[in-house]
Amino acid sequence: MTALLDIHDVTVAYHRRPVLWDVDLTMHEPQLAAICGPNGAGKSTLIKAVLGLVPMASGRVQVFGQPVSAVRKRIGYVPQRESVDWDFPVSVLDVVLMGTYGQLGWIRRPGKTERQQARRCLEKVGLADYERQQIGQLSGGQQQRVFLARALAQQADIYFMDEPMAGVDAATERMIFEVLRELRDSGKTIIAVHHDLRTVPQCFDYVVLLNVRLVAAGPTDDVFTPDNLRKTYGGRLAILDAAGEAVEAESRAL
Amino acid sequence: MNALLQFARENYNTLVVLAGVSLLGAASGIIGAFAVLRKRALTGDALSHAALPGICIAFLILRERNLIAMLAGALVSGVLGIAIISALGRWTRVRSDAAIGTVLTVFFGLGVVLLLMIQNMGGVGSKAGLDSFILGKTAGMTRGDVYVILTASLVCLALIVLLYKEFQLVAFDNEFARSLGWPVFRIDLLLMSLVAAAVVIGLPNVGVVLVSALLIMPGAAARFWTNRLSTLLVMSGIFGFFTGLIGTMLSATLEQLPAGPIIVLTGTTIFVVSLLFGIRRGVIARLIEHLRFQRQLNELRLAGSSPEVDLL
Repeated sequence: MTALLDIHDVTVAYHRRPVLWDVDLTMHEPQLAAICGPNGAGKSTLIKAVLGLVPMASGRVQVFGQPVSAVRKRIGYVPQRESVDWDFPVSVLDVVLMGTYGQLGWIRRPGKTERQQARRCLEKVGLADYERQQIGQLSGGQQQRVFLARALAQQADIYFMDEPMAGVDAATERMIFEVLRELRDSGKTIIAVHHDLRTVPQCFDYVVLLNVRLVAAGPTDDVFTPDNLRKTYGGRLAILDAAGEAVEAESRAL
Repeated sequence: MNALLQFARENYNTLVVLAGVSLLGAASGIIGAFAVLRKRALTGDALSHAALPGICIAFLILRERNLIAMLAGALVSGVLGIAIISALGRWTRVRSDAAIGTVLTVFFGLGVVLLLMIQNMGGVGSKAGLDSFILGKTAGMTRGDVYVILTASLVCLALIVLLYKEFQLVAFDNEFARSLGWPVFRIDLLLMSLVAAAVVIGLPNVGVVLVSALLIMPGAAARFWTNRLSTLLVMSGIFGFFTGLIGTMLSATLEQLPAGPIIVLTGTTIFVVSLLFGIRRGVIARLIEHLRFQRQLNELRLAGSSPEVDLL
């Protein structure tokens, strides 16, 4: 059986300092997966290495059994919100339409079909009434949802998301998770960099714990343990124990 | 009608020059708007200053004023300057603003030295009129020059129209563009080539010191009027067109003054008017919006409403 995602021996270095060291990760089934780890652990870098946005010092990545360059149209991406200039003169709908550019190819402009598709995606994230607004007029949570809608418009089979919950309030977070779960239930895979450890157990089925090296990866119930979290974060945070024990208690109760 | 034709026939050369510079202004405005959005506004400035030594060297080799050769020289040394800036950024720890400042001044200094050497050579050198390349001169344009401008401007415009979607996405979110597998580096290179073309073609008319203003100002002015990219580009083109048109007309009547500064001052006027009166982001529009908001706030306070009431 070919793996959905096969990351093999990936090493990435900036200025000769390794930020990812020999990472191996294989996923076979559609998952809603979180990548967790402390600052500087290489979480974003792992996503960028998979997408070919940063050069790998060594290693190999395959998606759906093929090199990434051969399956780009099946891959969706949500970059970090801070990576773009929100003062840019485009409307909300313009940004979501960018999700259809991969399918369109050179020179062809998005037409009626693409606009309808983009509107459907905006509806899903609850921003249907905002399509004509300039993106700078939105709140942080709304901007994050615009990026999510753009990814939905890509109609991909596997999504890589760089902190899709950064700076959003609890209500928006619930809404985003709802959309992600829907995606997973329709057979897509989502791999998201995630910071809030408290929400990991109830929201993600699969966890990748990363700290330059891969600490552990697997179903949340097996992997999200106090022991693994201590290995990942260096055992400095009391909250880690609490979070991990909560998971244990939950799995015992089941 | 006959009188108009008569006028057109008598002032044929003036009309040709007007058309050329206006078109150049429109093309520069549109290309420049994209360059500014891609955060490469200073590249045009560095390129134009770095072009001066190339102009002089081309003249020194041919010993005559050959426009095509001198513009080719300008392009070569301008691109060399940009390449050095990129190399400094990539392989040394010099910051990009310092790299641009250094290369720009070194090349321009070298150009001025070569220019003075040529002028002191006597004979053809002193009459070459190369100093018009520093501050620009529109009166000296021939019909051939205008055809060159016309062709180049149309090619630039066509490329921008065709690749609108590509330039838009790369300028807004180049990482996303790369995740789609787009050749972002090559799209950037194409944009920079358009900037280089606009700069080099503008050099004889506006001069190396000020030609980048023709790239930057129309787009900056248009931004006060709109939040839409397509409108922004059209307005940049229109602003650039009128900057060239009015600037050239003024400089035709003020022949003792160099054309470049007059064109730039025309552009500045458009910019200042936009800054004040632009309906989206102009100073007055923002002030009105602010006052309206304050009034709403006060009314709500007087009414004793809670702050949840939708202010937006």
